[in-house]
Amino acid sequence: MLALGLVVAMMAAAAIGPFALSPGRILAVLSGDRSDAQAVTVLWNIRLPRVMAAAMVGAALAAAGAAYQTTFRNPLVSPDILGVSAGAGFGAVLGLLLGLPVMAIQLLGFAMGLATVGLVLGLTLALRGTGQVLVMVLCGIAIGALAGAGISLVKLLADPEQQLPAITFWLMGSLAGVKRPDLAAALPALLIGAAPLLALRWRIGLLAMGDDEARAMGIDATRLRLLVIACATLMTAAAVALAGVIGWIGLMVPHMARLLTGPRFDRLLPAAILIGAGFMVLVDTAARSIATLEVPLGILTAVLGAPVFVWLLARGARPWSE
Amino acid sequence: MERVTPLIEAHGLAVGHRGKALIAGIELRLDAGRVLCLLGPNGAGKTTLFRTLLGLIPPIAGEIALDGRPLARLTRARIARHLAHVPQALATPFAFSALDIVLMGAAAGLGPFDRPGKAEAERAMAALDTLGIADLAHSEVTRLSGGQRQLVLIARALAQDAGAIVMDEPTASLDFANRIRVGRAVRGLARAGIGVILSSHDPNQAAALGDDALLMNRHGVIACGPVDETMTAGNLTRLYGIRVRREQGSDGRLRFS
Repeated sequence: MLALGLVVAMMAAAAIGPFALSPGRILAVLSGDRSDAQAVTVLWNIRLPRVMAAAMVGAALAAAGAAYQTTFRNPLVSPDILGVSAGAGFGAVLGLLLGLPVMAIQLLGFAMGLATVGLVLGLTLALRGTGQVLVMVLCGIAIGALAGAGISLVKLLADPEQQLPAITFWLMGSLAGVKRPDLAAALPALLIGAAPLLALRWRIGLLAMGDDEARAMGIDATRLRLLVIACATLMTAAAVALAGVIGWIGLMVPHMARLLTGPRFDRLLPAAILIGAGFMVLVDTAARSIATLEVPLGILTAVLGAPVFVWLLARGARPWSE
Repeated sequence: MERVTPLIEAHGLAVGHRGKALIAGIELRLDAGRVLCLLGPNGAGKTTLFRTLLGLIPPIAGEIALDGRPLARLTRARIARHLAHVPQALATPFAFSALDIVLMGAAAGLGPFDRPGKAEAERAMAALDTLGIADLAHSEVTRLSGGQRQLVLIARALAQDAGAIVMDEPTASLDFANRIRVGRAVRGLARAGIGVILSSHDPNQAAALGDDALLMNRHGVIACGPVDETMTAGNLTRLYGIRVRREQGSDGRLRFS
């Protein structure tokens, strides 16, 4: 069902645009019909890379969000709320400033994202707030603000003619400049992050019970948790390197998926990946078609995500504070 | 005479945190089908002892063996097949179904990439049935009462298929009816041949449930052995630091006040 929805969303996204393509034409071009040169160019060089990128980014952020929520036993965390997106964004803009190649930007983003999540985790432990949902959220906000300050510093240092507009627009979240080589660069990181999460997905669910309980049930919880954090952070960094800092997807989509599948991580993860991909494709299609000027993705996802976050807070405030 | 290997055996055990012993000189033995009650005031180290027995923290001194095998040499999965744990309360913010929770008990028997299949689901349902809560299998645990959640956790321990189960104050936060329910469940496990160690605040409950008792406070172990011999008025007075009286009712039950 979800996979079918994703295919339909991707078809629609490939069809919609200034140069409209009918589904029949898309299928013809995909199956190797080269008679319409313009359609071939639009589809292969513009539409498809962008649709694929949107699907990959959405899937990555949703998977990372679901993984963070389960391992931290905290329904309010996500790559952006934990500050990981901002940290990875800081690493990435630093890479942009230095003019590094895409792979190096990703690596720098990953390293910074990992440093961020490590800091947040350390701070939460130091404040003895692991059991409390809000302490970790607040630590994430604090560290995320620090990464934001780092990003501002990079902007200050950037060449205002060329680098600064590029960095600013990219930070708001955009897939406008995505080309096929960018996809090829992001794909390995995404797959390396996703494969262990998918393979170990039932055991990872046991981490939702807490370290001691998971260990008493025969699981090496410390090692598994570190692996999950590394994978989720790698996926986040790859998504950030591809599309900038796009908030709220990692928070919203796992909750949407949980409504369908329940909290079991082995069912939640595949659903979150499919919903995240489809959702992002739709949001990106809206971003480039609702106005003549392209709306940055971060703005759209925030408009959708902020109310969801408040709703979650209102719904869960009581059981979490116990 | 044939000597039966105990499910859990500890000699000269000292437990504590970061190299500092909280309590030392623990001698402990749990056999199949017996219930051992840990009695003592708060801070005596009951939870620390449990965490040590489960291999979650290393002992400060002494030896622990599960089914005759030294604990220190067992992997996490092997420990889980000898000894299951029932925590004080369920600590997850997510609305798992009772069946999902009980299925987790199968983890020790599954490979890293496996997911529970039909056999595991049947075992989980059987465990729920044993505890009389099969009708709750598909309820969300966040909506269950404290007593029902405790029964779910006991079912999970049962589904883990371990010979012994430790329970950390399984009835601490429960009302009267649920205390009775959980107490019956504990005796049921013992009848089925499982060894149970549980900690309790209430000497009356310990006397009703336990075959053996281990009395400990901050100063050390006061007594260990059959309930009738260890839970004397004198020992309990020493244990809690207030005068305790013991009466034996006409039904043979011990009562403390």
